[in-house]
Amino acid sequence: MLGLNKKDTSLLIIVGLLTLLAPFILNPFPEGSAMAQFNAGYPDLMQRFVIFGILAIGFNILFGLTGYLSFGHAAFLGVGSYSAVWMFKLLSYNIIPAIALSVVVAGLFSLLIGFVSLRRSGIYFSILTLAFAQMSFALAYSVLSNPKFNLTNGETGLQVYADDPQILQGANAPDLPHLFGLPMRATYTMDVGAWSFDFNAGYYLCAVIMMVVFYLSIRIFRSPFGMMLRAVKSNQQRMNYTGLNSKPYTLAAFVISGMYAGLAGGLMAAMDPLAGAERMQWTASGEVVLMTILGGTGTLIGPVLGAGFIKYFENIFSKINDNVLHGWFAFLPDGLEDAVVFLIHPFIGKGWHLTLGILFMLVVIYLPGGLVEGGQRLLNRLKRKKTGTDDAPSGKTEPAE
Amino acid sequence: MAILRVKDVSKRFGGLRALTDVNLNVEENTVHAIIGPNGAGKSTLLNCLVGKLMPDTGSVLFDNSSVLGLEPFQINQMGISRVFQTPEIFGELTVMENMLIPIFAMRDGAFRMHAYETIANEKAVVEQAEAMLEEMNMADKREMSAASLSRGDKRRLEIGMCLSQNPRLLLLDEPTAGMARADTNNTIDLLKQIKDERDITIAIIEHDMHVVFSLAERITVLAQGAPLVEDTPENIRGNPKVREAYLGEAA
Ligand SMILES: Nc1ncnc2c1ncn2[C@@H]1O[C@H](COP(=O)(O)OP(=O)(O)O)[C@@H](O)[C@H]1O
Ligand SMILES: [Mg+2]
Repeated sequence: MLGLNKKDTSLLIIVGLLTLLAPFILNPFPEGSAMAQFNAGYPDLMQRFVIFGILAIGFNILFGLTGYLSFGHAAFLGVGSYSAVWMFKLLSYNIIPAIALSVVVAGLFSLLIGFVSLRRSGIYFSILTLAFAQMSFALAYSVLSNPKFNLTNGETGLQVYADDPQILQGANAPDLPHLFGLPMRATYTMDVGAWSFDFNAGYYLCAVIMMVVFYLSIRIFRSPFGMMLRAVKSNQQRMNYTGLNSKPYTLAAFVISGMYAGLAGGLMAAMDPLAGAERMQWTASGEVVLMTILGGTGTLIGPVLGAGFIKYFENIFSKINDNVLHGWFAFLPDGLEDAVVFLIHPFIGKGWHLTLGILFMLVVIYLPGGLVEGGQRLLNRLKRKKTGTDDAPSGKTEPAE
Repeated sequence: MAILRVKDVSKRFGGLRALTDVNLNVEENTVHAIIGPNGAGKSTLLNCLVGKLMPDTGSVLFDNSSVLGLEPFQINQMGISRVFQTPEIFGELTVMENMLIPIFAMRDGAFRMHAYETIANEKAVVEQAEAMLEEMNMADKREMSAASLSRGDKRRLEIGMCLSQNPRLLLLDEPTAGMARADTNNTIDLLKQIKDERDITIAIIEHDMHVVFSLAERITVLAQGAPLVEDTPENIRGNPKVREAYLGEAA
């Protein structure tokens, strides 16, 4: 279907169903129950899942296929957000021109940064991209924000003000981002017994876009171009002596992944019409590296899983505090309860980074192929149990799964 | 007619004169061997032909056009393919993909953004790759990762990848170095077969005299960065200067 083989088609359909049904899947616990805080089915977080999924899918086209590790992708994310907000300020709150401009501007910006950074490979390439991203951050944070020329509005962040031109903003159009009149904040809440499920316009817009760009990434992975990108990673010397110029291939991968990042940035602004410099900081660049490695570098679905995993932790574990813990362990004798809470305390709330760090280390050491490899091992084990044989090769990751 | 003309090529590395005024003509459709003791400058000469090194002086003409200053991929696109001393293949890719890449490179040139096509739909390219694997006796290994092949098979694959582009000139740098006798003989047979079945010029750098005398129609002996003699294998065998400079050392 759609020019994909059977395996890829079923992957696409499964991911499509999961994103479609996410409001149900992510809210398995009844409202008000003790477990409700593990629910992730609220619009804000669901939007973030798919937006960061888009970012990671794009990053994987560069890092997973060519092996070039960029530490500067947050710059493209930020540029995308700024472009979108400028469209809101100048034209209207319609998200279509905003998102289009984010992709175009991020594409041009990544062409420039990629052209320079790709003169080097390995660690030097990574450092160059990092330097560019930090320069972009500095530009956004202060340099491009002065009374004479205010492109980014510095610390405050770029936002829409009442006296902005908005020349195409219709009289009756919503006063916040919308798609031809449908506000991105529009949410329909469905109550079923004790459960409550949110269906949000913004989420579904992002989800549809993610499905489209996920499909495109599968096409790239399976194309001759994608094979050339894997050749770049494998042996550039052989490539050059085979009549292929590896530079434009790598640059094309860089620009494509930069455009994915710009798209993600544009969508962020479309969900919440604000763009700040912190979106460009190196920690944000590092986050997408973690997502990709955690999920499974070079696999199709891994980056999306990694993005979901990290965003879930960030939002759910960071909300658990000592009171919640005391609630959970109230059944223990008082002294023991305090001791357990004391032990767990560093890993929750603001300490969620610690938990994530430990998980990341465990994955890198024991599952170098990321969550996808974990899933495959689990499946293999189940299969072996079923058939009762022991000869199935275990744990071998298939590169483009 | 000489397909490759090397004229007065010199190359220094700091104070070391690796090549001094090298002149060499390789005639079309012959197998031309370049031999010489270790450090004679054989690899340096080859690197000057394929764009890896820029000679300090002199000229290199392939089919009457200069290759100096061109990138390796441009020189390949002119019709020169190179086999490396240790096989250079795409280890992480499958054998089939290794064979597809040079064929795509020949059809589409140095760069093409064919990002939306599917490899399986490129029927003509796939067929060519399959035929080439068949010819190399590797069809049964098509789904294996290239890194898992034996040393001899890696060499076979690399030669097959070069041949799939129908090069006019095939350059080989010690293709049997470090190989077991059986693999060496297989490689000799393969090269003989190539020479008999194709319109191709082969220039081979080799240390192993058995390989050289089994294949070569012309031999150039390089010593201390300069050609000592160039002649037929029979005459080279009997040449006292060569014996002294090279064969004597080996015997
Ligand atoms: N890149 C280089 N830098 C410095 N010296 C080199 C370099 N390449 C080769 N040489 C020197 O040039 C001489 C010829 O080397 P080479 O062409 O590899 O010889 P051969 O292949 O005939 O054994 C040797 O003395 C070698 O050490
Ligand atoms: Mg050598």
